[in-house]
Amino acid sequence: MRFYEFESKQILKKAGIPLPKSHFCKTADQAAAAAFEIAGPVVIKSQVLSGGRMKAGGVKFADSPGEAAEHARAILALPINGLMPVGVLVEEKRAIAQEYFAAVTWDGRAKKAVIIFSDMGGIDIEEIAEKHPEHLSRTHFSASRPFSDYIAKNAVAGVGVTGNDLNALTRIVAGLARTFLDRDMTLAEINPIGKLEDGSIIALDAHMDMESEAARQHLDLLKELGVGPEEKRQARPPTQFEIDAEKVDSADTRGVAGNLTEFDGNLGLIIGAGGGSLTLFDAVRAAGGRPANYCEIGGNPSVSKAANLTKLICAQPGVEKIAVMMNVVSNTRVDIVARGVVKGCIEAGFDPAEKIAIFRIPGSWEDEGFAILKKYGVPYVDRTVSMDEAARMAVENTKKKA
Amino acid sequence: MAMFIRVDIDPSVQQDPALGKRIAEVCPVDIFKVADNRLETVEANLDECTLCDLCTIAAPGKVTVVKLYR
Repeated sequence: MRFYEFESKQILKKAGIPLPKSHFCKTADQAAAAAFEIAGPVVIKSQVLSGGRMKAGGVKFADSPGEAAEHARAILALPINGLMPVGVLVEEKRAIAQEYFAAVTWDGRAKKAVIIFSDMGGIDIEEIAEKHPEHLSRTHFSASRPFSDYIAKNAVAGVGVTGNDLNALTRIVAGLARTFLDRDMTLAEINPIGKLEDGSIIALDAHMDMESEAARQHLDLLKELGVGPEEKRQARPPTQFEIDAEKVDSADTRGVAGNLTEFDGNLGLIIGAGGGSLTLFDAVRAAGGRPANYCEIGGNPSVSKAANLTKLICAQPGVEKIAVMMNVVSNTRVDIVARGVVKGCIEAGFDPAEKIAIFRIPGSWEDEGFAILKKYGVPYVDRTVSMDEAARMAVENTKKKA
Repeated sequence: MAMFIRVDIDPSVQQDPALGKRIAEVCPVDIFKVADNRLETVEANLDECTLCDLCTIAAPGKVTVVKLYR
């Protein structure tokens, strides 16, 4: 769940992180009033859940309320990467002596949270990592222990910052890290942090992303920010395919058959089981396959639920075959899923023997499941065939067109 | 149309409304319903049968679950 910049800054404010004066505005008149109140040069920033605002013309500077209104009017009508802004942020323009970068996120390989800090803010962190690695520090820490300012201090000192700047930046980075932990963020980033000519240090831009599954734990914050329970705030608006899959999943409380993400490939995936979805999705790609979707099934979905998801995936333009694959399952019955996918194929007008590239779900009630697959001529494998191998077989079978 | 499961109900069940009601109640996936004091199967739910045998235990010899794929 992504937050707009103006929301991210409200979150930072709660953490005691210093910010420039700013006002969120929905109209040009409001922007003029905000600029008047700030009484100085301002920057007007599009509030849109997309990067590349500056390049797209979504960030402009103004020296007067009239100019601020003019720019706000233009920005409010400007789509960026297909997204319309929800408003503009009118913020005081400050003279910056030095820019820094700070982010807290998860390092999947280290299985720990990590602070990434640089004394070269304002530009892409990937570029800094590649061209100026000496200007970047990575400081891992455990999320299961209370956070200590000492960790933040190490991150900042890691690029050679000392003295008053070290103390001020430590407070900001520690506040960011605590916000990350307390609010179940997947990313908490300030870029840039600006050191002003008077020596004070403030957060100039911010990006926060909360773990969607944790949103219900933070209803207080979401309510305060005015984020409604229906707002998903993903990286892009859901496609019709994804919306329809969500309807399939929510229509029946039995098990899970949804959480679908659309891709542009030719192999539909019905996958799941304790991290199996991600593993199998990667395995298909590693085998040279092009997934048409990611999804998750598990927890023993009903036959009709599995069938409806299968029908939906089979009906997508470009989907030539589907692969039904899971890790070894104990909480999902193989025969129930087998019934569902066979039924879904037939109801969508396809022969399951042709449409299903591979069925690899070993586990509970597999004998019954395999009997169903055998009757309908569906290619299937048991647990002696690895998930990687099953994915490779699915890709190969898909090359033999349906 | 059910593809995987058929359930046969012995005609004698219709003479015992209490038994019919019990069979309908024990099914976790609503394969049965009682209408006008008659026990009927719900076609749309037949394939949801989990093969739990609760119906056959409730009415030994009077309900038969047939796996159409065997």
